[in-house]
Amino acid sequence: MDEHDLTCQELVELVTDYLEGALPEKQFKRFEQHLSGCHDCHHYFDQMRYTIRLVGRLSESHLSSGAKDELLSLFRDWKKELPEQEKPENLEE
Amino acid sequence: MLTIEDADIIQGLRRGDESVFVSLFDGYQNSLLRLALMYATDQRLAEEIVQETWLAVLKGIHRFEGRSALKTWIYSILINRAKTVAQREGRYNNLTLSLDEQTESNEPSVPVDRFHPDDDHPYPHHWLNGPSDWGELPEEKLLSDETQKVILAAIDGLSPNQREIITLRDIEMLSSEEACNILGISESNQRVLLHRARAKVRQALEEYLER
Repeated sequence: MDEHDLTCQELVELVTDYLEGALPEKQFKRFEQHLSGCHDCHHYFDQMRYTIRLVGRLSESHLSSGAKDELLSLFRDWKKELPEQEKPENLEE
Repeated sequence: MLTIEDADIIQGLRRGDESVFVSLFDGYQNSLLRLALMYATDQRLAEEIVQETWLAVLKGIHRFEGRSALKTWIYSILINRAKTVAQREGRYNNLTLSLDEQTESNEPSVPVDRFHPDDDHPYPHHWLNGPSDWGELPEEKLLSDETQKVILAAIDGLSPNQREIITLRDIEMLSSEEACNILGISESNQRVLLHRARAKVRQALEEYLER
Protein backbone atom coordinates (compact mmCIF):
# COMPACT_ATOMS: atom_id res chain seq x y z
CA MET A 1 0.00 0.00 0.00
CA ASP A 2 1.27 3.48 -0.69
CA GLU A 3 1.76 6.44 1.60
CA HIS A 4 -1.77 7.85 1.72
CA ASP A 5 -3.79 7.79 4.92
CA LEU A 6 -5.81 4.68 5.54
CA THR A 7 -9.43 4.81 4.50
CA CYS A 8 -12.19 3.29 6.62
CA GLN A 9 -12.70 0.61 4.02
CA GLU A 10 -9.04 -0.34 4.24
CA LEU A 11 -8.93 -0.25 8.01
CA VAL A 12 -11.67 -2.84 8.47
CA GLU A 13 -9.52 -5.36 6.61
CA LEU A 14 -6.56 -4.87 8.93
CA VAL A 15 -8.10 -5.39 12.36
CA THR A 16 -6.89 -8.97 12.86
CA ASP A 17 -3.43 -8.15 11.51
CA TYR A 18 -3.33 -5.26 13.97
CA LEU A 19 -4.47 -7.38 16.92
CA GLU A 20 -1.98 -10.11 16.01
CA GLY A 21 0.86 -7.62 15.90
CA ALA A 22 1.44 -8.43 12.26
CA LEU A 23 1.31 -4.94 10.78
CA PRO A 24 4.57 -3.37 9.64
CA GLU A 25 5.48 -0.34 11.71
CA LYS A 26 4.32 2.31 9.24
CA GLN A 27 1.03 0.60 8.70
CA PHE A 28 0.62 0.14 12.44
CA LYS A 29 1.03 3.87 12.98
CA ARG A 30 -1.43 4.72 10.23
CA PHE A 31 -3.90 2.27 11.74
CA GLU A 32 -3.69 3.85 15.18
CA GLN A 33 -3.79 7.33 13.76
CA HIS A 34 -6.96 6.60 11.82
CA LEU A 35 -8.57 4.84 14.76
CA SER A 36 -7.95 7.72 17.13
CA GLY A 37 -9.63 10.18 14.78
CA CYS A 38 -12.54 8.15 13.43
CA HIS A 39 -15.57 7.35 15.61
CA ASP A 40 -17.07 4.91 13.12
CA CYS A 41 -13.92 2.86 12.82
CA HIS A 42 -13.48 2.97 16.55
CA HIS A 43 -16.93 1.42 16.89
CA TYR A 44 -16.09 -1.17 14.26
CA PHE A 45 -12.89 -2.04 16.07
CA ASP A 46 -14.77 -2.37 19.35
CA GLN A 47 -17.38 -4.57 17.69
CA MET A 48 -14.63 -6.90 16.51
CA ARG A 49 -13.26 -7.06 20.03
CA TYR A 50 -16.74 -7.76 21.42
CA THR A 51 -17.10 -10.47 18.79
CA ILE A 52 -13.86 -12.15 19.86
CA ARG A 53 -14.87 -11.93 23.52
CA LEU A 54 -18.34 -13.34 22.87
CA VAL A 55 -17.02 -16.18 20.70
CA GLY A 56 -14.62 -16.98 23.54
CA ARG A 57 -17.54 -17.48 25.91
CA LEU A 58 -18.46 -20.60 23.95
CA SER A 59 -15.59 -22.32 25.72
CA GLU A 60 -17.60 -22.09 28.96
CA SER A 61 -20.37 -24.28 27.62
CA HIS A 62 -20.06 -27.71 29.08
CA LEU A 63 -20.73 -30.66 26.86
CA SER A 64 -21.98 -33.76 28.53
CA SER A 65 -20.05 -36.86 27.83
CA GLY A 66 -20.61 -40.36 29.11
CA ALA A 67 -17.24 -41.51 27.93
CA LYS A 68 -15.23 -41.37 31.12
CA ASP A 69 -16.02 -44.75 32.65
CA GLU A 70 -15.48 -46.62 29.43
CA LEU A 71 -12.23 -44.80 28.83
CA LEU A 72 -10.99 -45.53 32.33
CA SER A 73 -11.48 -49.22 31.82
CA LEU A 74 -9.59 -48.95 28.53
CA PHE A 75 -6.86 -47.13 30.44
CA ARG A 76 -6.60 -49.98 32.94
CA ASP A 77 -6.34 -52.50 30.11
CA TRP A 78 -3.63 -50.42 28.52
CA LYS A 79 -1.79 -50.16 31.83
CA LYS A 80 -1.62 -53.93 32.22
CA GLU A 81 0.42 -54.12 29.07
CA LEU A 82 2.96 -51.58 30.23
CA PRO A 83 6.50 -52.89 30.71
CA GLU A 84 7.19 -53.78 34.35
CA GLN A 85 9.57 -51.00 35.24
CA GLU A 86 9.50 -47.81 33.28
CA LYS A 87 12.94 -46.24 33.09
CA PRO A 88 12.94 -42.65 34.30
CA GLU A 89 13.65 -40.39 31.37
CA ASN A 90 14.75 -36.86 31.26
CA LEU A 91 12.17 -35.05 29.21
CA GLU A 92 13.22 -31.52 29.93
CA GLU A 93 16.14 -31.52 27.57
CA MET B 1 10.57 -27.78 24.20
CA LEU B 2 8.31 -29.21 26.85
CA THR B 3 7.13 -27.37 29.91
CA ILE B 4 7.85 -29.01 33.25
CA GLU B 5 4.13 -29.54 33.65
CA ASP B 6 3.88 -31.37 30.31
CA ALA B 7 6.94 -33.46 31.18
CA ASP B 8 5.33 -34.49 34.49
CA ILE B 9 2.13 -35.51 32.75
CA ILE B 10 4.01 -37.54 30.16
CA GLN B 11 6.06 -39.35 32.79
CA GLY B 12 2.92 -39.98 34.81
CA LEU B 13 1.17 -41.50 31.83
CA ARG B 14 4.15 -43.64 30.97
CA ARG B 15 4.11 -45.01 34.51
CA GLY B 16 0.41 -45.76 34.08
CA ASP B 17 -0.63 -43.30 36.81
CA GLU B 18 -4.40 -43.21 36.64
CA SER B 19 -4.81 -39.92 38.51
CA VAL B 20 -2.60 -38.21 35.91
CA PHE B 21 -4.75 -39.64 33.16
CA VAL B 22 -7.96 -38.58 34.89
CA SER B 23 -6.83 -35.00 35.32
CA LEU B 24 -5.68 -34.85 31.71
CA PHE B 25 -9.05 -36.22 30.64
CA ASP B 26 -10.95 -33.72 32.78
CA GLY B 27 -8.90 -30.86 31.39
CA TYR B 28 -9.29 -31.77 27.75
CA GLN B 29 -12.47 -33.76 27.24
CA ASN B 30 -14.74 -30.76 26.77
CA SER B 31 -12.44 -29.09 24.25
CA LEU B 32 -11.85 -32.30 22.33
CA LEU B 33 -15.54 -32.99 22.10
CA ARG B 34 -16.24 -29.47 20.93
CA LEU B 35 -13.55 -29.77 18.26
CA ALA B 36 -14.80 -33.16 17.15
CA LEU B 37 -18.33 -31.80 16.83
CA MET B 38 -17.00 -29.30 14.34
CA TYR B 39 -16.32 -32.15 11.92
CA ALA B 40 -18.86 -34.75 12.90
CA THR B 41 -22.34 -33.38 13.10
CA ASP B 42 -23.67 -35.97 15.47
CA GLN B 43 -22.71 -36.45 19.06
CA ARG B 44 -22.20 -40.21 18.81
CA LEU B 45 -19.60 -39.90 16.08
CA ALA B 46 -17.88 -37.05 17.89
CA GLU B 47 -17.61 -39.13 21.07
CA GLU B 48 -16.13 -41.95 19.01
CA ILE B 49 -13.49 -39.64 17.56
CA VAL B 50 -12.57 -38.36 21.01
CA GLN B 51 -12.36 -41.87 22.41
CA GLU B 52 -10.06 -42.93 19.58
CA THR B 53 -7.95 -39.85 20.23
CA TRP B 54 -7.42 -40.84 23.86
CA LEU B 55 -6.44 -44.34 22.85
CA ALA B 56 -3.99 -42.93 20.30
CA VAL B 57 -2.55 -40.69 23.03
CA LEU B 58 -1.97 -43.70 25.28
CA LYS B 59 -0.52 -45.78 22.47
CA GLY B 60 1.74 -42.97 21.33
CA ILE B 61 2.89 -41.60 24.68
CA HIS B 62 6.02 -43.72 24.82
CA ARG B 63 7.06 -42.52 21.40
CA PHE B 64 6.09 -38.87 21.94
CA GLU B 65 9.30 -36.91 21.61
CA GLY B 66 8.09 -33.58 22.87
CA ARG B 67 8.88 -31.65 19.72
CA SER B 68 5.56 -29.90 20.18
CA ALA B 69 3.60 -29.06 23.30
CA LEU B 70 1.43 -31.85 24.64
CA LYS B 71 -1.70 -29.86 23.84
CA THR B 72 -0.67 -29.34 20.22
CA TRP B 73 0.06 -33.02 19.89
CA ILE B 74 -3.28 -34.12 21.34
CA TYR B 75 -5.24 -31.62 19.23
CA SER B 76 -3.39 -32.74 16.10
CA ILE B 77 -4.30 -36.35 16.74
CA LEU B 78 -7.92 -35.40 17.22
CA ILE B 79 -8.14 -33.21 14.16
CA ASN B 80 -6.46 -35.73 11.87
CA ARG B 81 -8.72 -38.44 13.19
CA ALA B 82 -11.80 -36.24 12.86
CA LYS B 83 -10.99 -35.28 9.29
CA THR B 84 -10.53 -38.90 8.27
CA VAL B 85 -13.80 -39.92 9.85
CA ALA B 86 -15.71 -36.94 8.52
CA GLN B 87 -14.37 -37.53 5.03
CA ARG B 88 -15.38 -41.15 5.22
CA GLU B 89 -18.85 -40.06 6.25
CA GLY B 90 -18.89 -37.49 3.46
CA ARG B 91 -19.28 -34.61 5.87
CA TYR B 92 -16.11 -32.82 5.23
CA ASN B 93 -14.56 -32.64 1.83
CA ASN B 94 -12.81 -29.36 1.84
CA LEU B 95 -9.47 -30.18 3.35
CA THR B 96 -7.24 -27.83 1.50
CA LEU B 97 -7.81 -24.28 0.44
CA SER B 98 -10.18 -24.56 -2.45
CA LEU B 99 -10.34 -22.09 -5.26
CA ASP B 100 -13.57 -20.85 -3.76
CA GLU B 101 -11.86 -20.11 -0.54
CA GLN B 102 -9.03 -18.28 -2.24
CA THR B 103 -11.46 -15.97 -3.98
CA GLU B 104 -13.39 -15.75 -0.78
CA SER B 105 -10.34 -14.22 0.86
CA ASN B 106 -10.83 -11.23 -1.40
CA GLU B 107 -14.36 -10.87 -0.17
CA PRO B 108 -14.68 -7.67 1.89
CA SER B 109 -15.02 -7.77 5.68
CA VAL B 110 -17.84 -5.27 5.43
CA PRO B 111 -20.19 -5.03 2.43
CA VAL B 112 -18.99 -2.36 0.00
CA ASP B 113 -22.31 -0.54 0.12
CA ARG B 114 -21.57 0.49 3.69
CA PHE B 115 -18.93 2.90 2.36
CA HIS B 116 -18.92 5.98 0.17
CA PRO B 117 -17.92 4.90 -3.30
CA ASP B 118 -14.75 6.24 -4.83
CA ASP B 119 -14.56 9.97 -5.66
CA ASP B 120 -18.11 10.57 -4.55
CA HIS B 121 -17.21 12.22 -1.30
CA PRO B 122 -14.62 14.50 0.24
CA TYR B 123 -13.59 11.41 2.26
CA PRO B 124 -13.76 8.53 -0.21
CA HIS B 125 -14.33 5.08 1.29
CA HIS B 126 -15.57 6.57 4.53
CA TRP B 127 -18.48 4.86 6.29
CA LEU B 128 -21.92 5.71 4.94
CA ASN B 129 -23.76 4.44 7.96
CA GLY B 130 -21.18 3.72 10.58
CA PRO B 131 -21.25 0.85 13.06
CA SER B 132 -22.99 1.53 16.34
CA ASP B 133 -21.52 1.49 19.81
CA TRP B 134 -22.19 -1.95 21.31
CA GLY B 135 -21.05 -0.57 24.62
CA GLU B 136 -24.47 1.07 24.82
CA LEU B 137 -26.31 -2.21 24.50
CA PRO B 138 -27.53 -3.85 27.70
CA GLU B 139 -24.98 -6.40 28.91
CA GLU B 140 -27.79 -8.99 29.32
CA LYS B 141 -28.48 -8.82 25.62
CA LEU B 142 -24.83 -9.31 24.66
CA LEU B 143 -24.49 -12.23 27.04
CA SER B 144 -27.86 -13.84 26.37
CA ASP B 145 -28.35 -17.43 25.23
CA GLU B 146 -29.97 -16.06 22.11
CA THR B 147 -26.78 -14.16 21.24
CA GLN B 148 -24.78 -17.36 21.79
CA LYS B 149 -27.08 -19.16 19.37
CA VAL B 150 -26.54 -16.46 16.76
CA ILE B 151 -22.78 -16.89 17.15
CA LEU B 152 -22.98 -20.68 16.93
CA ALA B 153 -25.10 -20.46 13.79
CA ALA B 154 -22.66 -17.97 12.26
CA ILE B 155 -19.70 -20.25 13.00
CA ASP B 156 -21.61 -23.16 11.57
CA GLY B 157 -22.09 -21.22 8.35
CA LEU B 158 -18.36 -20.58 7.88
CA SER B 159 -16.19 -22.55 5.49
CA PRO B 160 -14.49 -25.54 7.18
CA ASN B 161 -11.11 -23.80 7.21
CA GLN B 162 -12.52 -20.65 8.76
CA ARG B 163 -14.44 -22.70 11.31
CA GLU B 164 -11.32 -24.59 12.31
CA ILE B 165 -9.28 -21.52 12.85
CA ILE B 166 -11.83 -19.48 14.81
CA THR B 167 -12.49 -22.50 17.01
CA LEU B 168 -8.83 -23.09 17.76
CA ARG B 169 -7.95 -19.43 18.23
CA ASP B 170 -10.98 -17.74 19.74
CA ILE B 171 -12.72 -20.59 21.54
CA GLU B 172 -9.83 -22.86 22.53
CA MET B 173 -7.51 -19.86 22.90
CA LEU B 174 -4.54 -21.44 21.16
CA SER B 175 -1.72 -19.18 20.03
CA SER B 176 -1.39 -18.55 16.31
CA GLU B 177 1.78 -20.64 16.32
CA GLU B 178 0.00 -23.60 17.90
CA ALA B 179 -2.94 -23.30 15.51
CA CYS B 180 -0.65 -23.08 12.48
CA ASN B 181 1.25 -26.17 13.62
CA ILE B 182 -1.90 -28.16 14.11
CA LEU B 183 -3.47 -27.18 10.81
CA GLY B 184 -0.27 -27.03 8.81
CA ILE B 185 -0.92 -23.56 7.43
CA SER B 186 1.19 -20.40 7.29
CA GLU B 187 0.78 -17.52 9.73
CA SER B 188 -0.43 -15.19 7.01
CA ASN B 189 -2.94 -17.71 5.72
CA GLN B 190 -4.09 -18.22 9.26
CA ARG B 191 -4.67 -14.49 9.76
CA VAL B 192 -6.68 -14.19 6.55
CA LEU B 193 -8.93 -17.09 7.55
CA LEU B 194 -9.29 -15.83 11.10
CA HIS B 195 -10.14 -12.34 9.98
CA ARG B 196 -12.76 -13.58 7.50
CA ALA B 197 -14.28 -15.76 10.19
CA ARG B 198 -14.42 -12.99 12.79
CA ALA B 199 -15.77 -10.49 10.27
CA LYS B 200 -18.62 -12.84 9.38
CA VAL B 201 -19.50 -13.53 12.98
CA ARG B 202 -19.42 -9.79 13.68
CA GLN B 203 -21.77 -9.18 10.82
CA ALA B 204 -24.20 -11.83 12.05
CA LEU B 205 -24.07 -10.26 15.50
CA GLU B 206 -24.67 -6.80 14.09
CA GLU B 207 -27.71 -8.01 12.17
CA TYR B 208 -29.08 -9.63 15.29
CA LEU B 209 -28.20 -7.02 17.91
CA GLU B 210 -29.31 -4.02 15.93
CA ARG B 211 -32.47 -5.26 14.32
